[in-house]
Amino acid sequence: MKATMELRTASLFVFLAGVVALIFIWQGNAYALRMLAEAGCLAIVALGLNVQWGYAGLFNAGIMGFIAIAAFGSMLVSYPVNPVFWQSEAPGLLLRMGVVVLIGGAVTVLLSRIHRYGVPRRIRTLLTVIAALATYMMAQNALTPAAGIIEQNSGFIGGFGLPVGLGWLVGGVFAAVLAWFIGRITLGLRSDYLAIATLGIAEIVKAFLKNADWLTRGTLTVSPLPWPVPTASEVGFVAARSAYLSITAVLIVIIYLLLQRGWASPWGRMMRAIRDNELAAEAVGKNVNRRLLEMFVIGNFIVGVGGAALITFGGIFDPSGFLPINHTFLVLIMVVLGGSGNNLGSIFGALLVYVIWTMSEPAALILFSHGAGWLRDVFGIAPPDDLATRALQMRVFVIGLTIILVLRFAPKGLLPEKIVKYE
Amino acid sequence: MENIGLLSALPINELVFFINKVVIAGLIIGSIYALGAVGMTLAWGILRFANFAHGDLMTLGAFIAFMLTMAMPGLGAYVGLPTAFVVLPIAMAVTAFVTIFIDRTFYVPVRKTNPKPITLVIASFGVMLMLQGLIRLFFGTAPRQMYVGPKEIYRIPLAGRDIVITEPQVLLIVFTAVAIVALHLFLTRSRTGKAMRAMSDNADLARISGIGTAHVVRVTWIIAGSLAAAGGTLLAMDVSLKPDLSFNLLLPIVAAIIVGGIGQPYGAIVGGLIVGFTETLAVFNWAILLRPLKPHMPDWLELPASLTFVPTEYKIVVPFVILVAVLIWRPNGIFRGRVL
Repeated sequence: MKATMELRTASLFVFLAGVVALIFIWQGNAYALRMLAEAGCLAIVALGLNVQWGYAGLFNAGIMGFIAIAAFGSMLVSYPVNPVFWQSEAPGLLLRMGVVVLIGGAVTVLLSRIHRYGVPRRIRTLLTVIAALATYMMAQNALTPAAGIIEQNSGFIGGFGLPVGLGWLVGGVFAAVLAWFIGRITLGLRSDYLAIATLGIAEIVKAFLKNADWLTRGTLTVSPLPWPVPTASEVGFVAARSAYLSITAVLIVIIYLLLQRGWASPWGRMMRAIRDNELAAEAVGKNVNRRLLEMFVIGNFIVGVGGAALITFGGIFDPSGFLPINHTFLVLIMVVLGGSGNNLGSIFGALLVYVIWTMSEPAALILFSHGAGWLRDVFGIAPPDDLATRALQMRVFVIGLTIILVLRFAPKGLLPEKIVKYE
Repeated sequence: MENIGLLSALPINELVFFINKVVIAGLIIGSIYALGAVGMTLAWGILRFANFAHGDLMTLGAFIAFMLTMAMPGLGAYVGLPTAFVVLPIAMAVTAFVTIFIDRTFYVPVRKTNPKPITLVIASFGVMLMLQGLIRLFFGTAPRQMYVGPKEIYRIPLAGRDIVITEPQVLLIVFTAVAIVALHLFLTRSRTGKAMRAMSDNADLARISGIGTAHVVRVTWIIAGSLAAAGGTLLAMDVSLKPDLSFNLLLPIVAAIIVGGIGQPYGAIVGGLIVGFTETLAVFNWAILLRPLKPHMPDWLELPASLTFVPTEYKIVVPFVILVAVLIWRPNGIFRGRVL
């Protein structure tokens, strides 16, 4: 059984290597390397999702939001310093806003506890809500002039000019902190609540990044993002992308090894026990919600690192470029198709799905232009003008269909989880 | 005589502005959310999973109505109503049929394997993507106009000012009221309606007392699908037909459901109105209402030009905040009673 499993893994990876080699020959080195580097970053994201879905059974429907917040964190840390901003009066104004938020937040938290000193709960709730609203309004009023000055003078606040690696770490931390809040609220409730909460937070993060022009330049986008390796303009496409690819490969290997060690440890065993039977795990004294929160946060940290790496590779921070289909459901397919609960499966799924996804773009266009030509010749129906954008929508359909088909016919994925038996 | 004096003292301008911008707008969007939420909450309660494709089902229904309208644009003139409204029953029926088809082909096979509820949620995400892909493949991504002719606008004068309401808005409010009453009668008077409530309360108990599960599930999907189509079409008639509303509809609808408690159609209606009114109140510029008070205010209190709680771009935050608040303080919905 073990031998067939290993044979299967090996043959699938050999098949994938063959496909990638064909793409190298067909499309050239630079193109194939770009694809591989992006697939590598997505493999990190997929490993993070596998922690959540494969090992903890938590369904995260808002990966896009966590990738976006991580990319923002990474951009903020690593983008060059904007001297115009620091010389203006804006930092002082922002500091004032920070003080307002801090004081208001402290007052709100204190008010939310006064029921311990004999104040009736109703009055406490009322006071807390009023304090929170007042803080919010005051912070908003403090922010508006600062944002106006920043947008007028310096465009946006720029970054801190620190190393990119640190940026990715901070990005991961941003995603993890956001995950902690979501997890605290929804874990322990029905499992669908986590899905809707993550879905909502993803849209909110996107709306925020898109409209907070003073912070992210909004739809004007920020580019070029600094790379951890020499960029293409310095050493050429092939060398730069190879270097980037090797960094992501090293990251994948490190994360993979750490996760494998984790799963083999008593901690990993406890996690599987919780996933497979929450009640039983709770009965033997495990704090289920706390452990699940732990997994959710760790998973999102990995998602954040991978997402930051992915956006850094693209070189442009564009809040409108975050799409649920590219950044949430594609990753979901990678994990489910690759085999949830199997890290190697997630990496394989990420590479395979991304290769297919990239290749499907020209394929869909060719297919549709042929189909349109045929329709015109046979039936005399003129194709619509936006045929190209519509053809790409077909891929959304295919992703949806794949999710359904995998759930129905191969719920364990191509590389199923190895069941460890303890005698 | 006293009445007139009172009227002139009242800030009529601001009041009418408030009615136009908040009362009517909130009622409109709240009714849309209610129509979507009722169907989804029924399916959620009976089948025990959140059908995330519901938002796109609404869009699909609207597009079916759009196609029918384009096929026979003159139909409305005979009846004196907008064409899209006249073809609405057909669109509802078609969407209900599509919903049952989706259930048969995609959900039933997964359901048979007795999965965790979250697996069905993932399947519904798959269906959602398929619907999105198909809609955008056939109709493109640009918004479209649902109206053949110009919209009729009614003006109700109130002390020199007009309360403005358009024909589709009136139709929407009337339709929602009728639909709610009909649904109430159905759920409380008919055999199937009672069976549905029984199954939502306790599926196993309902099954052993001889309720035909398959029939109840079918009726649930018919109600969910047809109300979704109606909501989507009426929304498209009021503003325009956008193919990419999906999450922007889904999030408030789910918030409405959770406010009212899962599986509670009446709760969903109230929840929909709550979410709709909160949204409009949050983006409303309160400075306009405070302006008449200005002469009476002390000098040090300066009135800002714009005093909104939430900028319009962040509207989607409102249902999310409601959702989170309810999940924290009352995870079973704001009404007391047993919920899923």
